[in-house]
Amino acid sequence: MQRSIILPVATRYLMPLMLVFSIFLLLRGHNEVGGGFVGGLVAASALMLYAISTSPSALWKLLPLDPRFIAAIGLFISLFSGFIPLFYGKPFMTGMWIETPLPVLGKIGTPTLFDVGVYVLVIGVVVWILLEFAEDE
Amino acid sequence: MIIYPILIPLLFAIIIVFFWENQRVKRALSIISTGLLMVVNINIFLLVYREGIQVVQVGDWPAPFGISLVVDLFSAIMLLTTSIVAFLLAIYSVSGIDLARRKYGYFPLFQFLLMGVNGSLVTGDLFNLYVWFEVMLMSSFVLIALGGERTQIEGAVKYVILNLLASTLFLSAIGLTYNLAGTLNMADLALRLQAVQSSGQVTVIAVLFLVAFGIKSAIFPLFFWLPASYHTPPVTVTALFSALLTKVGMYTLIRFFTLLFPFESEYTHTIILISAGFTMLTGVLGAASQTDIRRLLSFHIISQIGYIFMGLGLFTEYAIAASIYFLVHIILAKTALFLSAGMVESIQGSFDLKKLGGLYKNRVGLSMLFLLPALSVAGLPPFSGFFAKLGLIIAGLESKQYFIIGLALVVSLMTLFSMTKVWNEAYWKPPKDPKYLDQHNQVSVWRWVPVIIIVVLSVLLGLLANPIFEVCQMAAAQLMDPTQYIRAVLGAVR
Repeated sequence: MQRSIILPVATRYLMPLMLVFSIFLLLRGHNEVGGGFVGGLVAASALMLYAISTSPSALWKLLPLDPRFIAAIGLFISLFSGFIPLFYGKPFMTGMWIETPLPVLGKIGTPTLFDVGVYVLVIGVVVWILLEFAEDE
Repeated sequence: MIIYPILIPLLFAIIIVFFWENQRVKRALSIISTGLLMVVNINIFLLVYREGIQVVQVGDWPAPFGISLVVDLFSAIMLLTTSIVAFLLAIYSVSGIDLARRKYGYFPLFQFLLMGVNGSLVTGDLFNLYVWFEVMLMSSFVLIALGGERTQIEGAVKYVILNLLASTLFLSAIGLTYNLAGTLNMADLALRLQAVQSSGQVTVIAVLFLVAFGIKSAIFPLFFWLPASYHTPPVTVTALFSALLTKVGMYTLIRFFTLLFPFESEYTHTIILISAGFTMLTGVLGAASQTDIRRLLSFHIISQIGYIFMGLGLFTEYAIAASIYFLVHIILAKTALFLSAGMVESIQGSFDLKKLGGLYKNRVGLSMLFLLPALSVAGLPPFSGFFAKLGLIIAGLESKQYFIIGLALVVSLMTLFSMTKVWNEAYWKPPKDPKYLDQHNQVSVWRWVPVIIIVVLSVLLGLLANPIFEVCQMAAAQLMDPTQYIRAVLGAVR
């Protein structure tokens, strides 16, 4: 079957846009609509778009790590964000924020780190599941 | 301190995922994690024993608004027992789980299951409890289906559907509770429910919770999923489920009906007593007709759950103490039975009583590992089962519930009959196929060690019944006086 040229070309433009948008969603979270979960889903769909338009094996090459490691790293980041307050003698998962907002990023704190973990975890899990299905075919 | 039982399994599950391909490291990590958990839980138990109820407000949010983690003596006893069993099962898994299952995520799932169990035991918040139950169930869904054998999938479908139904009921009950009381913190809820005028609604909620957890802990008439599914996965997984899942359901029922609904005693406790009687009886009758050891033991799980439930139905301090002691006893004895059945299977290649035989002649040690916990479950002195049942019967005599006592004694006799049947068939009679006799299959040392330890622990529980029962009575006293729990969580009672 002749492959359509529209999808790969569109993907070349869409993928960076979606990835940037996913990071925007990630940072916008907490007080407004967005957050790690939604951001992660958008980023994962960008990657899946790439897998569909080229091939699943191309996505394997693109990924720096096995998706299950990505998921584990994400889970670890989230868990670590909960541990930080323990070093300051506060209960697990206490939200701690920096005093002065950073440029671009805004006011960040341990919940931001938690969301980053969720973001990475969602990318890992979604890509893991879908690549597993793609392999079966 | 009390958050570590949740964090340790999570941390190790993550680390295990990094070693996905390396079987040796994975099983070593699994043993280290559960060992660490056991040490932590011993410390928690000592802390709670000396200093009373421990509370942590997660995220530093004050009590009725945030999620409180609470460990009282009852939770501490359960945490300790489950972590000991988990540690021994982690050792047993080295030989008790085949390579395919080990490759496909058995070890991380084991950790996630433990995280769910520990979370359910320490949480002091209703919705959080739901979340931990889901963590536990998700892991158990995969564990029961892992391996993908035909019978396994059939069992898993029944298990999943009935447990999802239970979760739906649980969630609806939480919704109704929030609508009625405006809070889900268990300590706060205990106070608010006392003040609620329309006790009819409270009764409805209490019964909804009773049905939801009744399905999960397999009481009459909601137990059908258990014998349909528990014999399908490898025996290590069955032992894990029998030690943890139904028992956590029972823990939650005891917690709810002592803390949240202690004033509903007239209506719900009659239901509980009737259901307890039928649970004991149907379980043991179901077991009588089975010839597969695993199915037979699965029916006994149900029967024994009835005894624990009976203690809750009697609802005196002594009865609750007996129930707690019974919980510890049955977790140890039942795990020992399942694991020694697994050893039998590794020698003779079957769980079917008709095919087995002649084990006592060649393998006395192995036979003892079945006989001791079997006599304990049947309730013979000086084993723990005897003292557990004695406690329940004394409590029953005190509250003049003669019918249920009689039933408990009859069921106990039938349990003995059922255990004798296994003993006769598998250990005494000569095997049908003589090739079983001269088989020299060696049982792995990874199976011997944990089973011996757990049988010794089970026997010790009977020999040291007096001091251990005193601790259970302290735990029951804490349960029957909810103000202690409420004060520990909310500070001074408002």
